[in-house]
Amino acid sequence: MSKGTLFDKVWDLHTVTTLPSGQTQLFIGLHLIHEVTSPQAFAMLRDRNLQVMFPERTVATVDHIVPTDNQARPFADSLAEDMMVALETNTKTNSIRFFNVGSGHQGIVHVIAPEQGLTQPGMTIACGDSHTSTHGAFGAISFGIGTSQVRDVLASQTLSLEKLNVRRIEVNGTLAPGVYAKDVILHIIRTLGAKGGAGYAYEYAGSTIAAMSMEERMTLCNMSIEGGARCGYVNPDQITYDYLKGREFAPQGDQFDQAITWWQSLRSEADAEYDDVVIFDAQDIPPTVTWGISPDQAIGVDESVPTLTSFNTAEQPLIQEAYSYMDLAPGKPMLGTPVDVCFIGSCTNGRLSDLREAAKVAQGRHVAQGIKAFVVSGSEQVKQQAEAEGLDQIFLEAGFEWREPGCSMCLAMNPDKLQGRQISASSSNRNFKGRQGSASGRTLLMSPAMVALAAINGQVSDVRSLL
Amino acid sequence: MVQTMSKITSVSGPGLPLLGNDIDTDRIIPARFLRCVTFDGLGENVFADDRAQNNGTHPFDQPQYQAAKILVVNSNFGCGSSREHAPQSIMRWGISAIIGESFAEIFLGNCVAIGMPCVTATPDIVSQLQTLVATSPDIQLTLDLATQTIASDGFNAAVTLKEGNRQMFLNGTWDACGQLLHQSEQIKETAARLPYISWGKA
Repeated sequence: MSKGTLFDKVWDLHTVTTLPSGQTQLFIGLHLIHEVTSPQAFAMLRDRNLQVMFPERTVATVDHIVPTDNQARPFADSLAEDMMVALETNTKTNSIRFFNVGSGHQGIVHVIAPEQGLTQPGMTIACGDSHTSTHGAFGAISFGIGTSQVRDVLASQTLSLEKLNVRRIEVNGTLAPGVYAKDVILHIIRTLGAKGGAGYAYEYAGSTIAAMSMEERMTLCNMSIEGGARCGYVNPDQITYDYLKGREFAPQGDQFDQAITWWQSLRSEADAEYDDVVIFDAQDIPPTVTWGISPDQAIGVDESVPTLTSFNTAEQPLIQEAYSYMDLAPGKPMLGTPVDVCFIGSCTNGRLSDLREAAKVAQGRHVAQGIKAFVVSGSEQVKQQAEAEGLDQIFLEAGFEWREPGCSMCLAMNPDKLQGRQISASSSNRNFKGRQGSASGRTLLMSPAMVALAAINGQVSDVRSLL
Repeated sequence: MVQTMSKITSVSGPGLPLLGNDIDTDRIIPARFLRCVTFDGLGENVFADDRAQNNGTHPFDQPQYQAAKILVVNSNFGCGSSREHAPQSIMRWGISAIIGESFAEIFLGNCVAIGMPCVTATPDIVSQLQTLVATSPDIQLTLDLATQTIASDGFNAAVTLKEGNRQMFLNGTWDACGQLLHQSEQIKETAARLPYISWGKA
């Protein structure tokens, strides 16, 4: 087992007891909830006559089902409206802070908690959403849970869990121009596989990670789960502290200095022991796109769809399923693959720096004819900041739609969906069959800049061609 | 206030083979079915899109598997979204246990929390079991969590699950809520030790 890592320290500090089963009862410092995975949990509490033990440690927002065009209430979708009402009622009844639409703080749960300073180093963070791994960017131990576990956290602020192993993933060197955090994580998943991280927390380290902004680190940690790792994190450093300083829920004044001392003490020791170590060279990472139906089916944008024989026999049935579903033949170059819809947004890449990079590509150019392209900010705050910088105008002039914040077409629970066999270039995180709202719809994952360029050219393109 | 939980020591019944690696929770229950405030009715929509595309030939639609209790899958089953709606829809369809080569972490935790054991077996055993069930759909399988075996007439093989999870099924504490609440004083003490609890506004 690992020793002396941030994961070990934070785990130990939050351990309430060892349960008779041998599992750890772990205290959860911050619980985030949203409309999709919480209503049944509140119903279970009511059935059992249980109260919320620490209402001030849970924060709610609404993100998955909100329309990104007309947000007038009641929502056109009555089922979405029911979920909205349930969340409004449950948060009110249980005195839980709720960032509703129009509050100025609403947005994708994994975007708003960091931007409000709720997410802090050394915390344990749980949310009924697999992309909770995002918050690990701050040196928090954060992971997704299901609805019964949401109930457990509401009732007891704790969970029954088995400790994870820790794999250190070191990335060293300078990323080439046109290569982003999204490419780094897609490359890691491509190399270690979609189930390579099962049983592990990923500690991202090395000079490439140390040089990343907080938003880049969030993109990286966000997709840990696509690599099978329930949790991913980066040790906190000056970049973390500078990001947090002055944010609404961050410690203020003298407390902030005390906090830094504590946060520093949680960093993995230089002689920490890991269950596994994997090292990458930043120079080996190209702008990366997925070609298939699993996030590890990814290649450099200038590569061709891999041949069947490059995979082992156990993997081959899924690879064949991917060729057929995507209608992409082995050996076919990804460059030039026509796309129909281009989506910029999601908890992976819906933050201000993502929109800036996409806007740089869009500026002075125009979306190709017949392509639907839209930009969905990760939060109301991101949208306001982007508008203050004029990014909305750049996108609108280039022919992109500029939408209200939410999860949108990442998982298409709201009206934003692919139609039929449409193929999307998407800055989101999953290329699963049917993921984006059409049972036969297809998804190519890539960085926001590459999505913007795909929209301009109407086909998969290499962002390095603009450099 | 604390629920009395039922112990789960074994699951018996016919099997259902579902072939393929990396079957994600979006496939198990497409996102549009998550527009709900209860889990009621999810069972009929399990694998909705896959079943529609297979026109009645999907294993969950085939008549010979309609009484199945034990689902037999391959590797990384349940990857992707944390939606508990996925195991809920499988359970509400009629499945009581899953045997596979491997499971995604969050899915596995959700299955424990709702009392549906997921056990792993070697690829070879899973493959034998899938063949056995496909050729003899009526055959009764017994998954025994105490001995960690899957058995039927003429078939007996080892399965494994994490010891903590096994104990939770055997002791009837798979619904952890009541047990977690037993430690309410220790929970408060743990919170009081954490510096950030008193920082900031939250």
